[in-house]
Amino acid sequence: MRLLRNGRKHVAHAEAAIHPPTGRILLEVDDLATHFNTPRGTVKAVDGVSFTLDRGRTLGLVGESGCGKSVLSRSIMGLLPSRNVTRKGMISFDGNRLDQMGPAEMRSFWGTQLGMVFQDPMTSLNPVMRIGKQITESLDFHFDMDRSEAQETALALLKSVNIPEPARRLRQYPHELSGGMRQRVVIAVALACGPKLLFADEPTTALDVTVQAQILDLLRQQQRDREMAMVLVSHDLGVVAGHTDEIAVMYAGQIVEKAPTRSLFAKMRMPYTAALLQSIPRLENPSHTRLNVIAGRPPDLIDPPSGCRFAPRCPYAQDRCREEQPPLIESDDPGHVYRCWYPVGTEAGREALERNLAADVPQAQLAVAGDASVVTGDD
Amino acid sequence: MILRRLAHLVIVLFFVTLFVATLTAMLPGDPVDAIAGFASPEQKEALRQDLKLDDPVYVQYGRWVGNFVTGDLGNYYSVTGGRPVADRVKDALPVSLQLMLEAQILALVIAIPLGVFTAYRAGSRFDKGANATAFALLAIPNFAIALVLAYYVGVRFGWLPVSGYVKPSDDLVEHLRRMAMPAIALAVGQIAVYMRLLRSDMIATLQEDYILMAKSKGISPSHVLWRHALRPSSLTLLTVAGLNVGVLIGGAVIVEVIFSLPGIGTLLYEAIQARQYIALQSLVAIIAVGYVLINFLVDVLYAVLDPRIRHARA
Amino acid sequence: MPELDPAAPVEPPLIPTTTLEPVDLVAAVEGPEPEAERAVRRGRLGIGGTAALFWLFLVVALALLAPVLPIDDPNTSIASIAKQGPGTEGHILGGDGLGRDVLSRVIWGSRATLLLAVSAVLLGLILGGALGLIAGYFRGRADTGLTGLFDVLLSFPQLILAVTLVTVFAGGGVSSTRRMIVLILALGVVSIPVLGRITRASTLSWCQREFVTASRAIGARNRSIIIGEVLPNVLPAMFSIALLGIAVVIVAEGGLSLLGVGIQLPTPSWGNMIAEGRSDLRDAPHIVMVPTVAIFLTVLALNYLGDIVRARFDVRESAL
Repeated sequence: MRLLRNGRKHVAHAEAAIHPPTGRILLEVDDLATHFNTPRGTVKAVDGVSFTLDRGRTLGLVGESGCGKSVLSRSIMGLLPSRNVTRKGMISFDGNRLDQMGPAEMRSFWGTQLGMVFQDPMTSLNPVMRIGKQITESLDFHFDMDRSEAQETALALLKSVNIPEPARRLRQYPHELSGGMRQRVVIAVALACGPKLLFADEPTTALDVTVQAQILDLLRQQQRDREMAMVLVSHDLGVVAGHTDEIAVMYAGQIVEKAPTRSLFAKMRMPYTAALLQSIPRLENPSHTRLNVIAGRPPDLIDPPSGCRFAPRCPYAQDRCREEQPPLIESDDPGHVYRCWYPVGTEAGREALERNLAADVPQAQLAVAGDASVVTGDD
Repeated sequence: MILRRLAHLVIVLFFVTLFVATLTAMLPGDPVDAIAGFASPEQKEALRQDLKLDDPVYVQYGRWVGNFVTGDLGNYYSVTGGRPVADRVKDALPVSLQLMLEAQILALVIAIPLGVFTAYRAGSRFDKGANATAFALLAIPNFAIALVLAYYVGVRFGWLPVSGYVKPSDDLVEHLRRMAMPAIALAVGQIAVYMRLLRSDMIATLQEDYILMAKSKGISPSHVLWRHALRPSSLTLLTVAGLNVGVLIGGAVIVEVIFSLPGIGTLLYEAIQARQYIALQSLVAIIAVGYVLINFLVDVLYAVLDPRIRHARA
Repeated sequence: MPELDPAAPVEPPLIPTTTLEPVDLVAAVEGPEPEAERAVRRGRLGIGGTAALFWLFLVVALALLAPVLPIDDPNTSIASIAKQGPGTEGHILGGDGLGRDVLSRVIWGSRATLLLAVSAVLLGLILGGALGLIAGYFRGRADTGLTGLFDVLLSFPQLILAVTLVTVFAGGGVSSTRRMIVLILALGVVSIPVLGRITRASTLSWCQREFVTASRAIGARNRSIIIGEVLPNVLPAMFSIALLGIAVVIVAEGGLSLLGVGIQLPTPSWGNMIAEGRSDLRDAPHIVMVPTVAIFLTVLALNYLGDIVRARFDVRESAL
């Protein structure tokens, strides 16, 4: 432990690790649950999530608004409010048990080991603080750099995120930059102290489409340069498709399907994933094509249904789905798990769909009205 | 935009000075009798000529304004002769200004940390206690606090002197000792207001994304609070602090009287007691005009500081 | 100064159950204000409100019943109890500088103080309210003129304006009654702009509602619309500000007395008891403290109830 010039204590984590780092696995989450106590009841925003992430790999986290993906990243980081929130489960990062740490200990991880990029660059930068200061702040805090060293590092960071005229930008305020540039700055700020894991929470949602690809490529590039792992959260399957190694689909606080990216798109099993993919409007469709929305709304997180949580909206749902919640089942592909009794692309699934169509179940009809091949899992 | 405010200012100043200038005319009966009832008939006649009270209203008004801005504030009239008001005002004005400034600083110095901590720990027992105390303090009048302080701290415990004034340039410590209780009496009510104002702005700011982002960089909570959260939250507070001068003025008058501080408030009190209407007129004019000007400056400052206002007008 | 926003009433944020973004969740669990204030915000009485109401009833009852209460004459001096503290035999709150019973004076004093406060605020309500209604309903030049009037009146620090008016119109050597009347008028005039502004803001907001347009559409006369439709809705806002206004005037009376232009002696009032007792502060502080405590409790009760009424009727928070 070093006593910094300014009197703060800096704990270098290489020597303070309780357990030695276990090979390739950087992050391991086991049965994580996050519950919020609100006056209306306990909201189970995250309800039993488990996954692992290797060093340098990217996990995509996809789902609708309110499925708990943002809460999940904040839960792992430990950035939740202190009162009226309960977090359970195991979180192991680089051999350290994050779930057992209080805010003071977590602070030594934030910035240096764990970083986060937020959705809206308009609001994630302090409007009354200069850009340079926002970058050098963490450098000074964690590494006790003197001014010139910090300035140079900040300059280098801005260059590495492809910001033109970096020296000028250092002295500017956030509102003087465009949205895309602001997001680059946010990335620079998050990466300043070289974290091993970056949570990118919808990093492109607030940006123009033209800028989105640039930002995603930038993130990918930074990852490779720094050998950094990343969790890329988005509601947009398209964003996640080209930029991740693995994808986890979340619904109502649980992971409902997880697979290496290619397998997911080639052989998706969970009807929800299929519906998500189907709902992406396609460029080749004629104009005025109806959008294939998923009928219904996400379930109440205070009192979720007892069976499968997607059942009320699922074209394949059968009685069993409504009574018993399916566990995560391994499929024949390596690393592919899903949570469904009548999965897409299987015999059982096809029969279930036909039964529903025959019975005039509205969700089934809606689903089939769209691209039938996607729904039935044929290519 | 600034032109519109200036026009507004001029109009307000006109009506304010018009009202004050005609005060003596509003006195029941003959103004000269009211001003110098003790004088002999010849003296009264001379006074009437001197004050040119027979001139038409607008001429009198113009003359009054001219006198006011050149520093001629009329005279005190007593049996022993007249004395210019301006002389006494020259000495009294700094005292009042010092009192208000010190009270304001004291209030901010106490209210800002309280506001920050109660916002940070919103909902905690400390927060609830602080809020309840603030609410109760708001109900205590300035003079009540002044009297309680004067009695307990001044008389019973004898820690601080209860009256008198010492210039800061002469002896800073004694100056502060004498200003302490008056400043506290004025500041207490303000503390409650400022604390709650800052608290609600801070609570809103603390929910902003950039605060979470700052947290996620791993910097300490106090750093986040004071370096990131405070500045954007303090705009309303500073504006209200500026505008609150009016409340302070009223309170300062009473506090000066209670603690025998030789400021404008005491002059006003003396003028009232002695029915010195000319002096009263000038003193009220000084206070009113000063108040209007300060409000105007704060208004302009607010528009300049808050980029949202600037953009809304643009 | 940011103009009072005549927007729709503020409702407490509903907590969504399903699509909860993290920010919503944070707001939902942390909440912007502590529990007690949330109770006020819902407009319920609660313990504080009941206590406040009780105190006010007590004060008003004692004030009204003073002539028939078994207390001493407030103006009779009894030499033996002069400057004796509370707990003196037969005089539970002691005697003042001239030997008058403090308890009796504080009860009789409440009559004068409350009369002044209520009358002044009533005057302000009627005049200010009328002007505010006109300004808010008719808009246009009437509004500009009236708002300008309010602005000019508000350009004076309130206490200074009151002191000036009383000194000029009821300076030395006037009768008790005249002083009282002038005090009521002066403090009423001082409260006009505040009450006027609030009423105007409230009127503006209510006039945007459909029922006013509907009334106009069926050809109802302006006067009946204002009195029949707008006024009943504006009254709650005015009422809550009136409660706060009474508290302000009670305090102002104290200030005016200390400056020598309060309610004329020997009629007791809370304010002039304090002013008189100041000279005896060293040896007999209770003379000053008893009326001070009375003022404090009454103002506290009025503030609290004013807040509750305001919350009850969803009036936007505004500075007095």
